[in-house]
Amino acid sequence: MQVTMTVNGASFTSDVESRTLLVQHLRDNLNLTGTHVGCDTSSCGACTIVVNGEAVKSCTLLAVQCNGAEITTIEGLASNNALHPIQEGFREKHGLQCGFCTPGMIMASWQLLERNPNPSDGEIRHALEGNFCRCTGYDNIVKAVQWAAQNS
Amino acid sequence: MGKLIGESVKRVEDRRFTTGTGQYTDDIVLPRMTHAHIVRSHLAHARIRSVNTAAAKSADGVVTVLTGEDFKDIGGVPCGWQVDFKDGTTMHEPKHPILVADKVRHVGDAVAVVIAETKGQARDAAELVEVDYEELPVVTDATEALKAGAPQVHDDLPNNMVFDWELGDQGATDTGIANAHHVTKLEIRNQRLVPNAIEPRSYIGDYDAARDFYTLYTSSQNPHVIRLLMCAFVLELPEHKVRVVSRDVGGGFGSKIYHYTEEALVIWASKQIGRPIKWTAERSESFVTDAHGRDHNTTAEMGFDDAGKITALRVRTDANLGAYLSTFSTCIPTYLHGTLLQGQYTTPAIHISLNAVFTNTTAVDAYRGAGRPEATYLIERLMDTAAAEMNIDPAELRKRNFIPPFDGVNQPGYQTQVALQYDSGNYIAAMEKALETIGYQDLRREQEEARKQGRYLGIGFSSYIEACGIAPSAVVGSLGARAGLFESANIRVQPTGKVSVYTGSHSHGQGHETTFAQLVADNLGIPMENVEIVHGDTEQIPFGMGTYGSRSLAVGGSAISRSLDKVKEKGAKIAAHLLEASVDDLDFADGKWTVRGTDKSKAFDEVSLAAYVPHNFPEGMEPGIEFNSFYDPANFTYPFGTHIAVVEVDPDTGTVTLQRFVAVDDVGNIINPMIVDGQIQGGVAQGVGQALLESANYDESGQFSTGTYMDYAMPRADDLPSIEVSQNVTPCPHNPLGVKGCGEAGTIGATPAVVNAAIDALRPLGVTDLEMPLSPPRVWSAIQQASA
Repeated sequence: MQVTMTVNGASFTSDVESRTLLVQHLRDNLNLTGTHVGCDTSSCGACTIVVNGEAVKSCTLLAVQCNGAEITTIEGLASNNALHPIQEGFREKHGLQCGFCTPGMIMASWQLLERNPNPSDGEIRHALEGNFCRCTGYDNIVKAVQWAAQNS
Repeated sequence: MGKLIGESVKRVEDRRFTTGTGQYTDDIVLPRMTHAHIVRSHLAHARIRSVNTAAAKSADGVVTVLTGEDFKDIGGVPCGWQVDFKDGTTMHEPKHPILVADKVRHVGDAVAVVIAETKGQARDAAELVEVDYEELPVVTDATEALKAGAPQVHDDLPNNMVFDWELGDQGATDTGIANAHHVTKLEIRNQRLVPNAIEPRSYIGDYDAARDFYTLYTSSQNPHVIRLLMCAFVLELPEHKVRVVSRDVGGGFGSKIYHYTEEALVIWASKQIGRPIKWTAERSESFVTDAHGRDHNTTAEMGFDDAGKITALRVRTDANLGAYLSTFSTCIPTYLHGTLLQGQYTTPAIHISLNAVFTNTTAVDAYRGAGRPEATYLIERLMDTAAAEMNIDPAELRKRNFIPPFDGVNQPGYQTQVALQYDSGNYIAAMEKALETIGYQDLRREQEEARKQGRYLGIGFSSYIEACGIAPSAVVGSLGARAGLFESANIRVQPTGKVSVYTGSHSHGQGHETTFAQLVADNLGIPMENVEIVHGDTEQIPFGMGTYGSRSLAVGGSAISRSLDKVKEKGAKIAAHLLEASVDDLDFADGKWTVRGTDKSKAFDEVSLAAYVPHNFPEGMEPGIEFNSFYDPANFTYPFGTHIAVVEVDPDTGTVTLQRFVAVDDVGNIINPMIVDGQIQGGVAQGVGQALLESANYDESGQFSTGTYMDYAMPRADDLPSIEVSQNVTPCPHNPLGVKGCGEAGTIGATPAVVNAAIDALRPLGVTDLEMPLSPPRVWSAIQQASA
């Protein structure tokens, strides 16, 4: 089936199998490998991206459901080579180690700050509880989001 | 010390990881690449009557289908460490077949592989492979597997024994227990865990017929070891014709140390089909094929005299190693567990007797901490239990038994009863700092007040020690390791004074590109951006033993330190020549060699350029500055610390809430405090995970009942409080950096502290023991039973 979507500001039209997950489409067809796959049950959040202004796990959508969608992935978050404050925050506060969960964690944080520009510690933990990080113990991720909130 | 060492320099690698431009193995796409899907057993134990691949072979897009028959002439993956029976008999070591032909021995055992043009086609065709099984009886528990009449995992290996093993003085220990004023005894189940790196394992095999050359891209913690094992022991390939590349890896925690059958599979099959093959585990595959951790059944007894001094420790353990022997599996319950039973205490007699056992389960190997968490758990649970039984404060009981401080220089190392010599330690200092940080006396008063209000607060301790910086080759060789455990580092000074460092250590989250660059830049007096740290490619790096056992800085960093010495020595010779001075008259500081007492100097980049433009070099002076070092440590390193957990238990629901966690660790000298804090925090999170949430479970038919993230609970952001970490510094006396390693400390220390805290909370209700994980139903049941 043919599907057209705008990803990080550029329009892409592709032929995809109807069963293709959005995350597979991004990774395999559009070569946007910054979005990761960590599980097969929509539990880990590594594939979180922004579709039409909402953070979603891109393994829960079919590519064909996203015809006409406006999508932002981790590759589209920085503008003009300047890191987004959330990206800066993760670096500043050591909010990542292996980096595998990081793109999804950053996109989920983006959603949180859109809705709540000044979240508390507890609100951040609640908002990110759909994203696994096995490396950091989350403390520095919370600090990274707080840093981003203060520096946005 | 320069101006970078000791600073929390922000990480070099974060730019690519925060922008989605890292390159993990599954991100790599090669021309003409095919995709593999593995047909795995859904049964835990069954004889294979037949495998019918006809339908799969004719399915859309299928390139080939292979079964165990195709691999009959290939021996399989061996173990990397030989631990023999007590009587000297060689351990039982069945090789792990790449695809099994005779019988499957655990759920997830690999039976066939479909290789197709796309991942979807491979998966579709795999559905068409028909395997006819004859089901066999199943055993999944180590202790059950030892009983007469238990199902036999390997038909030719009696009683499911891998080996039996002991360490320590049995006679003295039995006497110490028999004559003790008080004996504390615990039956401990240290449950099976799944490491769960968030990046699933991923491999690409690429055979280039034109060059007769193989390339394996792999999510591995140690590419050289994979190459060595695969070439020398599995596929018999010429090592110089094989390149193994492992660049960005999304976490390991031990599970990516080992040589996995799928690595050999994609390399071997790539040659058969003449095209690259990618295999990436689905999470459900990871759950049943990544090596698991822990899984000990233990009886532990500790004797005390009337002053609360430990008289002896006796341990009996059945260690479940699963259906096959993973690379390091045999040394984990033995040389990384039995040897740590001294803990931080002056225990005068220790004995461990252990059975290593085959079962119809996924292989068990090192998971973060690897043996040391199991040792620490039993010792520290015994300490808090004994303290309660003897009515002594648990901190006080530890203080009465701590080994006194020793720095390994002015005071000798501490010889344990279980074969190790600790390098340096100041256990009381870590305890005192932890007590002060948490506000211990106030906390006990708060606990009393809370109890009056019907609230159950608990305080739990853990004073752990670990053996890291793995490992002195001569020592591990004498204990059965089939490899040395040194590390290499090559430093190439480029003509413009830029520096490339090729390390055999492997970063999969540890931040070596930053820490190692700090070390090199400071030593050479050059900016960090002039240093590139290269890891994870056998074509670039001379040799490497990889990263595990908290060894990267202690062993890999020491190798870099050795090469830095050689670089500076050669640089001084060139500078002396350029300055027409004697080497002895030069000082090296701030990146330049200066003739002492003058303003004549040559900067590092000037010397570097001269090294490669040697127009007037004297006879005998070689051009270039490039040095390689192999560093073999003189001893293990012994980080230690005290962790204190504070929990509140809701007696109506059994819910355990971790309120505070204080970790005071001593990992020797520190290069990047930010990274060390991060390693400890992340380690603690995994230790807390074992205590409260995680458990890998098999049902009676051998089905793996915790095979998704909906069934296997791991800590999420809202499960944890902020982990309060700080460090003392007792330098390692035997490596050039004075460092000990910090990767596993948190995981080793945390688990018993949390469980001890929960039991402490519930003692007024009569609860004296809890089995991990402390799930609400389990805790609630324990409360009901205690009050019944």
